[in-house]
Amino acid sequence: MAVIADFALQGAQMLLVLLMAPLLTGFVRKVKARLLSRQGPFLLQPYRDLLRLMRKDVVLADNASWLFRVIPYLVFAATWVAASLVPTFRSGLLFSWTADLIAIIAVLGSARFFLALAGMDAGTSFGGIGSSREVMIASLAEPAMLMIVFAIALIAGSTQLSTMAAFMNSAEVGLRVSLGLALIALTIVAVAENARIPVDNPATHLELTMVHEAMVLEYSGRHLALIELAASLKLLLYVSLIACLFAPWGISSPVIAPAPLLIGIAAYVGKLAVLGALLAVFETAIAKMRVFRVPEFLGAALMLALLATLLRFVSRSF
Amino acid sequence: MMVSVALFGVLTLVALAPIAIALSAKPNATGFVYGACLIVTLILFLLALHSLLEHPAASTITLPLGLPWLGAHFRIDPLSAFFLVVVNLGAAAASLFALGYGRHEETPQRVLPFFPVYLAAMNLVVLADDAFSFLLSWELMSLSSWALVIADHRRDENRNAGYVYLLMASFGTLTLLLAFGLMAGGDGVYAFDAIRSSHPTIATAALVLILALIGAGSKAGLVPLHAWLPLAHPAAPSHVSALMSGVMTKVAVYGFIRIAFDLLGPPQWWWSLVVLGIGGVTAVMGVLYALMQRDLKRVLAYSTIENIGLIFASLGLALAFKAYAMDVAAALALTAALLHVFNHSLFKSLLFFGAGSVLTATGTRDMEKLGGLIHRMPQTAFVFLIGCTAISALPPLNGFVSEWLSFQAILLSPQLPSWGLKLMVPAVGALLALSAALAAACFVRAFGIVFLGRPRSSEAGTALETDTNSLAAMYALAATCLIVGILPGIFIDALAPVVQALASARMPVQTGAEWMSIVPIAESRSSYNGLLVFAFMIITGTATAFAIHRFASDRIRRGPAWGCGYPDASPLTQYSASSFAQPIRRVFGSLVFRAREIGTMPPPGSRAPATLIVHVRDLIWDTLYVPVAAAVETIAERLNYLQFLTIRSYLTLVFGALVILLTVLATWP
Repeated sequence: MAVIADFALQGAQMLLVLLMAPLLTGFVRKVKARLLSRQGPFLLQPYRDLLRLMRKDVVLADNASWLFRVIPYLVFAATWVAASLVPTFRSGLLFSWTADLIAIIAVLGSARFFLALAGMDAGTSFGGIGSSREVMIASLAEPAMLMIVFAIALIAGSTQLSTMAAFMNSAEVGLRVSLGLALIALTIVAVAENARIPVDNPATHLELTMVHEAMVLEYSGRHLALIELAASLKLLLYVSLIACLFAPWGISSPVIAPAPLLIGIAAYVGKLAVLGALLAVFETAIAKMRVFRVPEFLGAALMLALLATLLRFVSRSF
Repeated sequence: MMVSVALFGVLTLVALAPIAIALSAKPNATGFVYGACLIVTLILFLLALHSLLEHPAASTITLPLGLPWLGAHFRIDPLSAFFLVVVNLGAAAASLFALGYGRHEETPQRVLPFFPVYLAAMNLVVLADDAFSFLLSWELMSLSSWALVIADHRRDENRNAGYVYLLMASFGTLTLLLAFGLMAGGDGVYAFDAIRSSHPTIATAALVLILALIGAGSKAGLVPLHAWLPLAHPAAPSHVSALMSGVMTKVAVYGFIRIAFDLLGPPQWWWSLVVLGIGGVTAVMGVLYALMQRDLKRVLAYSTIENIGLIFASLGLALAFKAYAMDVAAALALTAALLHVFNHSLFKSLLFFGAGSVLTATGTRDMEKLGGLIHRMPQTAFVFLIGCTAISALPPLNGFVSEWLSFQAILLSPQLPSWGLKLMVPAVGALLALSAALAAACFVRAFGIVFLGRPRSSEAGTALETDTNSLAAMYALAATCLIVGILPGIFIDALAPVVQALASARMPVQTGAEWMSIVPIAESRSSYNGLLVFAFMIITGTATAFAIHRFASDRIRRGPAWGCGYPDASPLTQYSASSFAQPIRRVFGSLVFRAREIGTMPPPGSRAPATLIVHVRDLIWDTLYVPVAAAVETIAERLNYLQFLTIRSYLTLVFGALVILLTVLATWP
């Protein structure tokens, strides 16, 4: 019985992240539109877009190989698996030990690796420019992310997200310099990884500074739907990650009782709304950067995260 | 017993050399020699595997060869058994690959006799149990691989590579000779057993460590002693390149482990500082160099340097933990290093085989002339992709597992008491993370430019798939990469006797863990399950594909590429290898390589072409090798005048030398 409940909860988490992801994207878009005094699209518009794309024919470039057709499924699967492993409303799910935070980051790295390959498959200059910039951004964002993981893992004594969330929820944490640095760095990395302003603009692909949208330019139909869904899932993943590490309140402990689970879900939705709104405000308030300013932006994240880790090595009280 | 069988196998390999010379005129010589090598190395592989898993006790033999008062000692203990597994698995794969690839060899008589000797020499280095046979085998390994490097000696660049290799190899052997001389002490105890029981002073031990790091490190490709590696490895035929990069660098790692962990006794903490620092720098420099190259095999050679850096960083961490008697953590770091040794030998051989197949099919290693090979060589592309994913440390393949273990070991290091290490370890952690991310960029570039897009030359457009033997070798390695990636627990457990012997602890037994997870310390701390990650990705991916095809749409139309409405008529408008690397060259290269770009735009209306000139300097070559070479040349120039003296001057010189020597001898304490 307990096993079935465990499976059900793990399945619920997978469905929850999948269903919430387009909603979060729609919410951010809506808030951004309202901040610009526009009406904005309907909140559920991303679902409609996805369904519409799913039903359309795929138009493949003449030169596209089998890899091009496999990659959307691979990227989607990897991102979905990674997003399902981040605690959202309950920690210690059945498969939560499958991958610790380092492995989750690496699974996202796999998704990016293949997406960058897809950009190069059709043999156009747009795909190449997107891929080469994507890997340049990743070459700074990934080490920064790992350093953030190190800093937090050294405080929590674990790289297991459930343990980390439980630790961050306990009274032992307190205010720490290294945590503050890690939070700033994580925000920068999350912005860059999700191709948001100021690093990239998710709303356009006709700028010379574009990265992600140029890379997936040749995709259409169901393939594009999967890639957009994967992008939404990735945004949700990073928001959940920030929520789980820095605002772990309300995450239900590994017990099976309806009340904590409901509180957990409500808290999770609330956190998504708050962080999504913050993202929209941030994006509205800031201008897009030139592409070669991005390394400086990410370099700052890398340095902050390294500093946070170093502080932990130097003294246990930071 | 084990060791005598192994030596018999090695003898068979050596005996193949004269047979190869005798047969070299015959058309079926290639098949015979490589087939025999395949059989012998497979037997040696099984033997080594058997003694690693079943016979942790050492098996020794002393032959009445070599120095009369010493004899030649050979021994198989868990450490050498593990490296024998690595050597012979790589050798067997290379022999299988060469059964197909070797047929395209223009001058097989320049390769066939040396190949089995090279395999034998690498086995002998690992088997040797005294300094004399170790150095002799080491030198034999260097010389036989040198002969293979200059197999295609008509190209200037290959002769140059051979020359630089020969110089660096002799230099490395010289430092190892000095290291063993210091360890042997005044009494000249050259057997490893005797060295183990002697206790060198701290200063001597430190000097030996530095010499060993230079000697073994120059063979392995540690920065700044790496300069020969990217020249020599690509120059050899591809199956030999695979052996040099995938296997011989590991023999060098073996040499370092044997000296630093086994022969030298308890380590000092600051040794690890040196090893960690060099390892971290090597990892980042190697991959940055790799990103700047346009020769496919040279990209792979530089990436070897990166991986060697990762291995040495883990070894340095293990030394640090060992120095402070943190045995469990030392076991974790050492396991990470050894597993990466194994993993790298798999995927680097695989990638070199792939590069060799591309070279055979298109006649070029220049990435700017390749492209679109996934259509012409689908199977090679598939296995090469697996190799690229594995070497980029991406789950669920094997490269990630060893990288993950290294990171777990780093997370244990705040408990180290020394301040130097407290500052060094996080910095090295950041360098390793950076190198992992750059490696992914490097292999997106390598695979994307060579196999994806449109062909950039007619040769690439008309390439044909490679032969079955080569494919079999590549598939075998790719499958092993996947198996190690999804069932790492088995391989970690197999390393336990090696780690136990060197770090006096081992990682917890992994095979009993739930769902075949790996758990380095405790499950609440960290765990990773490659099998489940793989299964989840496959299941969700196929389920999604099925659902979408069933319920939404499964239709496909073909059309010209969209490209924002700008049709790219010529394949030259694609991103090239150097344009792909441009953002990274700009971010990192301006510092590391003093990279500069000079673009000139003709004025509007002019029909003159625009130009872009990119300057990239190899600072290590320019600041270290060029001055040394110049100094040697100047001194040689000066001393040259000794050659043209009169007989009286020579007699005076001889007399003077005699007087000086006698004075020294008389005043010697």
